Amino acid sequence: MIAVLSSAPSAVGVLADLSYWQQTVIKAGVVAVVIPTAALILGYVFLLKMMSFVQSRLGPMEAGPHGTLQLLADGLKFLQKEDIFPEKSDRFVFAAAPVMVLVSTFLLYVALPVGPDAVVSDLDAGVFYVLAVSSLSVVGILMAGWASANKYALIGGLRAAGQLIAYELPLVLAVVGVIIQAGTLNLQGIVLAQANGEIFGWGAIGFPYIFTQFAGFLIFLIAIQAELTQPPFDMPVAESEIVGGYQVEYTGFRFLFFFMGEFGTAFVFAGIASVLFLGGWYVPGFDVDSNWLNLLGPIVMLVKIMAVSFLVFWFRFTYPRFREDQLQKLAWKVLIPVALANIVITGILKVAV
Amino acid sequence: MNTTTREQMAYIAGQAADARLNVELETEGMTLNIGPQHPATHGTLRIVARLDGEQVIEAEPIMGYMHRGYEKLTEVRTYPQVTTLINRIDWLGSFANEVPFILAAEQLMEIEAPPRAQWIRTILFELSRIANISLFLGDMGVQLGALTPVFYAFRDREFVLNQIEAVTGGRFHPNFDRIGGLKDDLPAGWIEETREVLGKMRTFCDELEDLLMGNEIFEVRTRGIGIIPADVGLSYGLSGANIRASGVDWDIRRDNPCGLVYDELDWQVWTHPDGDSFARYWVRLQEVREATKMIEQLFDGLPSGPIMAKVPRIIKVPAGEAYVETENPLGAMGYYIVSQGELVPFRVKIRSASFNNLSIAPWLLKGVYVPDIITILASLYFILGDIDR
Repeated sequence: MIAVLSSAPSAVGVLADLSYWQQTVIKAGVVAVVIPTAALILGYVFLLKMMSFVQSRLGPMEAGPHGTLQLLADGLKFLQKEDIFPEKSDRFVFAAAPVMVLVSTFLLYVALPVGPDAVVSDLDAGVFYVLAVSSLSVVGILMAGWASANKYALIGGLRAAGQLIAYELPLVLAVVGVIIQAGTLNLQGIVLAQANGEIFGWGAIGFPYIFTQFAGFLIFLIAIQAELTQPPFDMPVAESEIVGGYQVEYTGFRFLFFFMGEFGTAFVFAGIASVLFLGGWYVPGFDVDSNWLNLLGPIVMLVKIMAVSFLVFWFRFTYPRFREDQLQKLAWKVLIPVALANIVITGILKVAV
Repeated sequence: MNTTTREQMAYIAGQAADARLNVELETEGMTLNIGPQHPATHGTLRIVARLDGEQVIEAEPIMGYMHRGYEKLTEVRTYPQVTTLINRIDWLGSFANEVPFILAAEQLMEIEAPPRAQWIRTILFELSRIANISLFLGDMGVQLGALTPVFYAFRDREFVLNQIEAVTGGRFHPNFDRIGGLKDDLPAGWIEETREVLGKMRTFCDELEDLLMGNEIFEVRTRGIGIIPADVGLSYGLSGANIRASGVDWDIRRDNPCGLVYDELDWQVWTHPDGDSFARYWVRLQEVREATKMIEQLFDGLPSGPIMAKVPRIIKVPAGEAYVETENPLGAMGYYIVSQGELVPFRVKIRSASFNNLSIAPWLLKGVYVPDIITILASLYFILGDIDR
């Protein structure tokens, strides 16, 4: 096995021999498989099982061992549902909205590195790209809210727009500290900077930025919670107030798209958080160019993603919901000043040390 | 926030909405129908809210979607049959519905239940209070978006319902109270089991105090939201925990226990000076704790003896009128019975707590935000069966 791996050309080498369209098809295929799988894993482990255990119940137990196939069954059920358009809806926009949300998720996966060569597209401005693309989903949500021709959906869509714009800012500002420290916008570069770093001259585990950017990590977590519209920031969907918000008129596979978009985005944001703050795919003790890391990296990333997702979903299951104006207050009066202070301190230390 | 600022806020919001119509940026208010099918209304309540953005200019509750005509139906039921109906008024604390009706009928017939029956009545009355309010304690979390507490509430309420079922044979609708006493005595070993359950309920209260009431977000969502000043609350006829949360020390259990044995117990009426949603939650939480203590005392002092007074086989209530009010889980509940000496009541008027508690909603909902509609309605705690009867 080892001999095969070390003698065989690297994965990138194989890909490089193919023509551009062949490479693109393979990459698109990988991403298209990863998104539903990620949504299934997160949905099963956290939404079904962890939530049940938090709430002192068992959760699904019948479909497959311990209900592992429950979400597949649910997905099949969604596909069988009638595709309903509300009478006064704008049919084209209504149909395009869930696709828009899913496209935003799809594009996020493109830049997520899980190994030295295992990345779909290694962009030089990776961080910038990720933050820009993630806000595309707002457009989809606004489209859904407006096109549904429903008052609850409209309120939900507008709340989502206000909330996502407010939380885009702390999200970006929280990341700036990392960028200053790493000195690059490239996600692979940030991983390498953490892998090559040392803690007080001791470089055994590299230097995950969570140690210096802890405030940034917390702000990032809170902001992605709001970005994903999960409790305590789930006002755009708020079942008990506006009965699902922008999702209220959606059924069948269009609703499934929103669902996959939400959990797929949760997965990839947890991935980005682990790249930015937890050291990404790097395993201490390996050479950063080692081909082994292409194999181990995805596993390490999965573990880190699950750890970050655990935090995200823990808040989701235990916290009540903020009010819309209280959320804006938290964003503008607490998170942004703290993030700015974090940037200033990081900058001063970067120059001074 | 006092009365004037609330009215001023609503006025300013209305003026602003109208003023914006006249400038270049044209906006219009929106009328939002909340219900009759809506997850926050626990049934079929409809609230028509006129909104300016997310702010409520005025909100009007429309009730009657679940009206079942119980007051009229009682006129064609014999007295023992009526308890089956009125069980379904406040369906979460059913036994408590039967008690005031039976007490009123007993008053007309001038009979009194034996002491043991009175004590057991009080025990079951307080158990149904725990069953009812413990669900509110969890449900408030759901209304605010926290999914977990309600599962704890359903889990632990089940213990109480099991105990009620062990005595009466019915989880929800015991139909156990009889004119002159009770249907049966307590089963063997029931008291020890119930003591354990009461311990669990106290743990449940501690858990919710940690999980929900101690949460910062819960506090910012409830403190200062939906403040009812004591005088306004009294003028709208609020009762129960809603008025006690406004600092009014009024509890029918203490002030006029007629027929129940509260005056032989050592207990406390909890009040809170704030009058906001948080205070209403807090008072109810304390009441569940207090009820568990009261039941333990009732167990300690439970007298022996018969559980049924001598009552004629065919019950004819002498002509006359009687009104008996008790402190039910939702507030003051009373039955006004007019009898003409026949097998059936001539007229029954039911004073249910939720109807009056909801009547303050239009005043309370002026100028609040849409999410606060849900918070305020949840904290007022009504049951649709209790509103519509």
